Amino acid sequence: MTGTRFQELISRNQARLSTRRKIVNAIMLSLTGVLTLIALVPLFWIVGYVLYKGGASLNLAFFTQLPRPLGMEGGGVLNAIEGTLVISTLACILALPLGVLAAFYAERFPNTPLGVTLRFSTDVLSGVPSIVIGLFAYALVVKPQGHFSALAGGVATAILMLPTIIRTTEEMLKLVPRTLREGSLAIGAPEWKTSLNVVFPAAISGIITGFLLSISRAAGETAPLLFTALGNERYDVGSIINSGIAQKQGLLQIINRVIDQPADSLPLTLWKYAQQPYPERIRESWAAALVLMIIILLINIFARLWVESRKRALRG
Amino acid sequence: MQETNTAISNEVSPTTTSEYKVQTKNLSVYYGKFRALAEINLSVLQNKITAIIGPSGCGKSTLLRSFNHMNDLTPSAHSQGEILLDGENINETGVDVVEVRRRIGMVFQRPNPFPKSIYDNVAYGPRLYGIRRKNDLDEIVEKSLRQSALWGEVKDKLHQNGFSLSGGQQQRLCIARAMAVEPEIILMDEPASALDPISTLRIEELMHDIVKEYTIIIVTHNMQQAARVSDFTAMMMIDDQRAGRMIEFNETQIIFTNPKDKRTEDYVTGRFG
Repeated sequence: MTGTRFQELISRNQARLSTRRKIVNAIMLSLTGVLTLIALVPLFWIVGYVLYKGGASLNLAFFTQLPRPLGMEGGGVLNAIEGTLVISTLACILALPLGVLAAFYAERFPNTPLGVTLRFSTDVLSGVPSIVIGLFAYALVVKPQGHFSALAGGVATAILMLPTIIRTTEEMLKLVPRTLREGSLAIGAPEWKTSLNVVFPAAISGIITGFLLSISRAAGETAPLLFTALGNERYDVGSIINSGIAQKQGLLQIINRVIDQPADSLPLTLWKYAQQPYPERIRESWAAALVLMIIILLINIFARLWVESRKRALRG
Repeated sequence: MQETNTAISNEVSPTTTSEYKVQTKNLSVYYGKFRALAEINLSVLQNKITAIIGPSGCGKSTLLRSFNHMNDLTPSAHSQGEILLDGENINETGVDVVEVRRRIGMVFQRPNPFPKSIYDNVAYGPRLYGIRRKNDLDEIVEKSLRQSALWGEVKDKLHQNGFSLSGGQQQRLCIARAMAVEPEIILMDEPASALDPISTLRIEELMHDIVKEYTIIIVTHNMQQAARVSDFTAMMMIDDQRAGRMIEFNETQIIFTNPKDKRTEDYVTGRFG
């Protein structure tokens, strides 16, 4: 009875409702489409504009030479590229083990006092302005050492990366099915072996992705480097290594020399050059921005490829 | 109804000469203050398949996970009573959990191969116990995979990832992995509930084959499965306080044809549950 009554009621409205539904659907669909396009505008605008402004100044010398005094032909930003790589590598070495191990703890013991504190302070740390972190690294490394250094820049960047690494790693570990951990424990494996041999490999691709994304984020930071790495127009890892070899220094001594002196970075160079009144420097500033973007893009592409290949490997 | 709550019929006289492999004595398991299992007295015979059946939430899995201390992983869980493995209590503080888990293996509801190769999945346990020589490992891997009737299907792709196998194959891989450390008892927590009928059949055949060397305790929702594979069946049900109790335990044939408890009869005939 109710069924027929219901059908009778809706049959009167059906045509009207159907037209209305189609119209609303069309409007909403075009609205979301237009808004998506608008959201994409800044992205392509930035990439396009940087390409347009910086592309012209790019040549081999830009990647392979140190800056030359104004008015001289040639010269590049080798110091900044190398500095960025050195500082990022240092930051990874410092932040990765610390962050991943902390994430293991947070995931395994979320409700212990230490776990709660860790989670809370990670949230707070991720909200701290990067310049404050730079100031902290200044007090922690620069002040006691008495000089600016790539190491101080690496420490600042590492602190900046920590919350991202801890959080993404923790999320990835949470995604590992509980039964996988139990499967290992049920054979008699201790907790640490289970984490290392079963849980970690299962989460590795996500951890690596989060890690690479946090590097690309950190590599673009200027503020924490202002009073830690400072900047160094004559920073040249190649010549440091060569002179180290010539003086028969050991590997550790050479590494120490590489990280113990002030270093430049691409965002730092960009910032310094962009403030100068010379068109030549402004052009190089755009080019430095382009190089930075290319490096970050490469890291991101690498991350995606890595994840894809891992997925394929897991499927067998 | 009230009287049968407390009357637990566990007087099963062993029909064979083999003795009890594992026994629980007044085993109760608590999650915090909540009693999930109440006074379970279950006696499992060696080289037999014992099924635990009962409606959802009656504590079947909790009981199963008591045997190999998997409940220890739940922070609020604690237990009272004894679990006798070959007459020795393994449910007390100071017992070597790792040794217990080597002697009592487990297969889970969903296949859970490790993200490793088929070979490394099986060799995982033996490696844990210090077996390193390749020849020894090769031998164990082959033996375990043969036992789990998987060898023929995977012998040419031992170094492919365990995930590349089908669901049923993955579950047999997990059984091989459990058998690789030569446990005495294998616990199975609804091992076929995520599998298709053909894979289920293969797992059941496998259980029949391996029970000559092992003692199997299986939790299952599937009544036909319990009737098909098991020698003994324990029927569980929650009481008024929502604690799981064993209301009947007997030879499977008797449980399914002539149960003493009305609730068991209702359950096995599908009237509730």
